[in-house]
Amino acid sequence: MVNYIIRRLLLVPVMLFGVTVLIFLMLQALSPVERSALYVRDIPKNERALEGIIRQYGLDQPIYIQYWKWLTGARNSITGEVKGGILRGDFGYSRTASQPVIDLIKRRFPASLELALWAVIPVVSGGVILGVIAAVNHNKPADHLARIFGIVGWSFPDFVFGLLMLMLFYAGTGWFPPGRISDWANQVIMSPEFHNYTQMVSIDALLNLRLDVFWDAVRHMIMPVITLAYLWWALTMRVTRSSMLETLRQDYITTARSKGLSERVVVNQHALPNALMPVVTLGGGTVLGLLSGVVIVETVFDYRGMGSAFAAAAVQLDIVTVLAFTLLNGCIMIVANLIVDILYAYIDPRVRLD
Amino acid sequence: MTKNQENVRKPIGWLEAQLGTETYRLVRGLLTNPISVIGMVLLALFVLVAIAAPILAPVREGADPYKIPRDGYGQVPAPPGTEWRTRQPPLPFWWKAVTGKDQWVHVMGTASGQWDIYYGVIWGTRTAFYVGLSITAITALVGVALGTLSAYYGGVVDMVIMRITEIFIAFPFLPAAMTLSAILTPVIGRGLIPPMIALMIFGWTGYARLLRSDILSLREREYVLAARVIGVRDTRIMFRHILPNAIFPTLVLASMRLGSYVITFAALSFLGIGAEVGYADWGQLLSFARAWMTQLSEYWYIIMFPGVTLVLFVLSWNLVGDALRDVLDPRLQGSR
Repeated sequence: MVNYIIRRLLLVPVMLFGVTVLIFLMLQALSPVERSALYVRDIPKNERALEGIIRQYGLDQPIYIQYWKWLTGARNSITGEVKGGILRGDFGYSRTASQPVIDLIKRRFPASLELALWAVIPVVSGGVILGVIAAVNHNKPADHLARIFGIVGWSFPDFVFGLLMLMLFYAGTGWFPPGRISDWANQVIMSPEFHNYTQMVSIDALLNLRLDVFWDAVRHMIMPVITLAYLWWALTMRVTRSSMLETLRQDYITTARSKGLSERVVVNQHALPNALMPVVTLGGGTVLGLLSGVVIVETVFDYRGMGSAFAAAAVQLDIVTVLAFTLLNGCIMIVANLIVDILYAYIDPRVRLD
Repeated sequence: MTKNQENVRKPIGWLEAQLGTETYRLVRGLLTNPISVIGMVLLALFVLVAIAAPILAPVREGADPYKIPRDGYGQVPAPPGTEWRTRQPPLPFWWKAVTGKDQWVHVMGTASGQWDIYYGVIWGTRTAFYVGLSITAITALVGVALGTLSAYYGGVVDMVIMRITEIFIAFPFLPAAMTLSAILTPVIGRGLIPPMIALMIFGWTGYARLLRSDILSLREREYVLAARVIGVRDTRIMFRHILPNAIFPTLVLASMRLGSYVITFAALSFLGIGAEVGYADWGQLLSFARAWMTQLSEYWYIIMFPGVTLVLFVLSWNLVGDALRDVLDPRLQGSR
């Protein structure tokens, strides 16, 4: 197991290198002038000043030097100040948000994380339970319903689903408002006696024992969370169902049944642990889906998180910001895949031997 | 497809001889599976709508057919059935026969800016086919080529290709496509091409991985060994013995992926970096709803008509793909 983890960890730098190279190549599609947003806040209009900046930060140098400077930062040849450098956490300046990209990420990331965390709960629990119910009732009405849900759910674009939710539960009934939080609750959060431990409103509200703020945050999150979750709910259900069906046909299940064990014990204790293995491999895909989903969902529901900031930057062609988010996405995925692989090797010893 | 339906009534032995056992089994499976029949009927309807677009929603003389006609410039959407007031496009010949009226109306209402939703839904079908089919064709070709190369040469080639694939997989599809689309838009100009290229560049990975693993498992089969023993050349084994057998799962994947490309493309248009405003594209039509979040129950037609059409289109491909998988892999029958 240790061996496997070490081998798997060695892949991480390779992947990181590949991801940064790909992002850097995409940056090269920009002119040196646009790329200077990596190092300076205000891009001057004056041509001579522009040339000065391009020379100061080496934007006209060979590509491998530029790549190195992009990673570690470039020293201003006049003031001696080091600017930029993604390894230093400096991703340049966001034109659309009028602030350094890193500040934008710091402010928006917790909001998206909060949404994703709440969405994971229904995806995993609901999807697995539905899948098991469908498999145990193979070819009965419950199974057919689940199959229909699986395929229709998978065909339903999240933004259409989100718009329908808005139509029914906001415009129609006014139950669940869009946005992240109501004004009055926002004032509570901003007040000095409210401690922001995690920057995630719902969790902070619980920690501060402000149930009214918690309820307000939940009301704002219900629609985005359902929209984010249902797609992966459908997929998790399908995978659990087919894997459970496969497992229930195995000889050792027949053995367990012939020993006289109750169907409940057979399903829950003998079949389920094995049937859940392919579901674990969905973990990486789910993270991918959530990263895509927050862009849509936050835009539809006007929820101020990382996804809506990304969408706004992309629409206004603020490439420096967009690529910083893309880099962050890549890194999140590398970590997520690492965790899934190690988890999988832990539950299925056969994987470690490959 | 209609040809096959006719053929089915003829003596089975003859048809089987014509098509070959494999294809015959495929066709019969698709025609007897209720799920796939629903999917194919839906798909056939969409094909008909796409072909008959000029009859269903006639184009103004000299106008670009993919540009939705607008009825003035008012901001407030008009409900279905509102009469055309300005610059009315030609009346379709069937309109009078069906409704008995001479006045062309906004069948599905208008979006803000008075874009005619019905026209956009009808002509958007062509956009959906064009986008879906071309992205699927290119990504499948690239994926199949890379997957075959990888499995065939193995070793360093395999390692390099698979590492590159993993790097591309490390990016979530939609944000990655948005990023590339945003980069390409200033270079190429706003339109269908930048998002399509972006989707193609990030869309091939699934095929490469699937085909590679299928080829690797087929390579160990007895019949391949037999061919090798009698001295068949490697390239011939690859193209005559392995690829034809490995390609079916790729076809299933392609039909399932087609729907998701159309969804992602629509999502890009919805967010505002796909098709330009006023282009006949479902996602672009849906983006008009963003301005009316608080009044969506009143202006329901902005999302219902293009939204339901998009869902049905994707559903039809997924149903066909699902049935195709059941037919091609009988072991999976009913298991998904």
